Amino acid sequence: MMANTGAGETPAIRIEGVSKSFGGVPAVAGVSLDIARGEFFCLVGASGSGKTTLLRLIAGFETPDSGRVLIDGEDMTSRPPYARPVNMMFQSYALFPHLTVADNVAFGLEEERRPRNEIRERVSAALAMFDMGTYGARKPHQLSGGQRQRVALARALVKNPKILLLDEPLGALDKKLRERAQLELVALRERVGITFVMVTHDQEEAMSMASRIALMRDGALCQVGTPRELYDAPQSRFAADFFGVANLFGGRVTKAGAAVDCTEVWSTLAVKDDCTQGADVTVMVRPEHIALSKDAPAQPNVLAGTLGNIVFLGNAYVCYVTLETGKTVQARLGPADMARLGAIEAGDAVYLSWDPAAARVLTS
Amino acid sequence: MSMMAGAGRGLRRVILGATTAWLLAFTLLPVLIVVAVSLSEPRLGAPPFTPLFEWGAGFWPVFNGTIASYLTVASDSLYVAAFVSSLRIAATSAMITLVIAYPMAYAIARASDRARFVLLMLVILPFWTSFLIRTYAWTGLLNTNGLINNTLINLGVISQPLTLLHTEFAVHLGIVYSYLPFMVLPIYAVLERMDWLLIEAAQDLGSRPYRAFFRVTLPLSLPGAFAGWLLVFIPALGEFIIPDLLGGPDTLMLGRVLWTEFFNNRDWPVASALAVVLLLVVLLSALLLVKALQRRDAAP
Repeated sequence: MMANTGAGETPAIRIEGVSKSFGGVPAVAGVSLDIARGEFFCLVGASGSGKTTLLRLIAGFETPDSGRVLIDGEDMTSRPPYARPVNMMFQSYALFPHLTVADNVAFGLEEERRPRNEIRERVSAALAMFDMGTYGARKPHQLSGGQRQRVALARALVKNPKILLLDEPLGALDKKLRERAQLELVALRERVGITFVMVTHDQEEAMSMASRIALMRDGALCQVGTPRELYDAPQSRFAADFFGVANLFGGRVTKAGAAVDCTEVWSTLAVKDDCTQGADVTVMVRPEHIALSKDAPAQPNVLAGTLGNIVFLGNAYVCYVTLETGKTVQARLGPADMARLGAIEAGDAVYLSWDPAAARVLTS
Repeated sequence: MSMMAGAGRGLRRVILGATTAWLLAFTLLPVLIVVAVSLSEPRLGAPPFTPLFEWGAGFWPVFNGTIASYLTVASDSLYVAAFVSSLRIAATSAMITLVIAYPMAYAIARASDRARFVLLMLVILPFWTSFLIRTYAWTGLLNTNGLINNTLINLGVISQPLTLLHTEFAVHLGIVYSYLPFMVLPIYAVLERMDWLLIEAAQDLGSRPYRAFFRVTLPLSLPGAFAGWLLVFIPALGEFIIPDLLGGPDTLMLGRVLWTEFFNNRDWPVASALAVVLLLVVLLSALLLVKALQRRDAAP
């Protein structure tokens, strides 16, 4: 499942120093990126981060101001969208309202001037693949949101593209449907074997679906890696905060690779990550790595505080603890930990602690 | 909540009632009067037709209706020719208007917001002056020694002035010129609402831009083109001012024939019969077009 770039193989998509600005405002700034064959690659970022522009540059709807876009080693930079071996699934699905479901799916094959028989066979195969075989004669407005999404997928995949681009493909679905559709999309990619590139603003969606993720910010790549890498080893405060919940403590390294003096929490925190003495850094600890106790444990990284809210999530509890400095720290406890802790309520004095190995030192 | 709904229903009744009353009084009633006149007989005097009902000896009024005027309209080749020629001129000029208006509407719909406002104003601008005066102005342009002929002669393109005015060409020109906005606006309205992502989707699926236009943009804008076509065709069918000012003696159009019957021959019943037949023709063609559109939309 995890795809490796490099290793001599030509990447499915190579983006070389691509920049694009609209009316003087840069949307994508000097992005270089390789996406390997068979990846489920996610472009994630807030709105305006340039992720959609990057997708449109791959599709050919935008031409870069500088840089090149290569697909399977072939330069596509100046090729129009209708001549690229790429198909896109639009956020709004962009189904043709005047055509039936079957005609929508047949559209791309008709443009290739395929024989009539072949078109009919491939259309019905594509519709059958998405359980839409009996809906061929319907018009798009007669379908539910989930059905439209599947027609849009069938229409994009029936042309056997080398790459499928998905622009917020699940954005229009409700929560329940979306979770199922996420699994279906991942399974679909494994079945068809081609490269998927998906744009989403939803970090959870990206984490649960992608083989690799590119986090974008202000038109540039912030960090590229597997979901685990991005979650466990973020390289910046921004990345740490974007994926999951992070407790961030700003400070200065007092002992290289060992101690950070954090004014925010009035104490020196022990760390194990590499860091150079005197550098301004941020110590990041995920809530699930923080333990809560009524008595001070005998270990490094103990912070005293007052328990604020306890939020019950069903399978876990999130405890908000306010330190003496006024900073609030989140700790996430499982039901077993909570039971061990015994009776506890807001206002109680508690101690937070964590293993130095669980803390990440972020230099930016 | 229920009180508000009650008040809303009351208000709706008032508005619907007022609208219905207005339509009955000012649309249906005049039409009925025209129908009544068409069924009576002409006579000298005021009004120049016999009353449809007369109170005689009996309890019920006597009905004096006759379809003689309709028989006249159907049998006189002049009227039949006027119908055929009106239909032909209205249809061809509506087609020409469509061909000119579509690219205009397309360009306006794709223009930037600022340019779009200016262009729309330019389309609507002619409405701010009198239709009669604008049509009359064309006589000055098309005359034997008018602006167009003089310019062409001065440029040496022609030696003899062209006969432009009082021709069927001038009538077409007048209709196209006058009714262009009625075609541009409904097409523009449809194109402006269109989701241009559909064009990107077509291109993504392999359509070159012109193919995307013919397979997506054009079919989706057909309702606007139909509406515009009706808005030009229907008034052009009964047009009087344009054929009267720009048309020649041989340009036979219903509007002029109607005028002649009413004011020169003072044969109100025949004129009314012509008007009723014209109304039926218009209604029928409109109905056919609407039905065709509905069939197209309802197709599963």
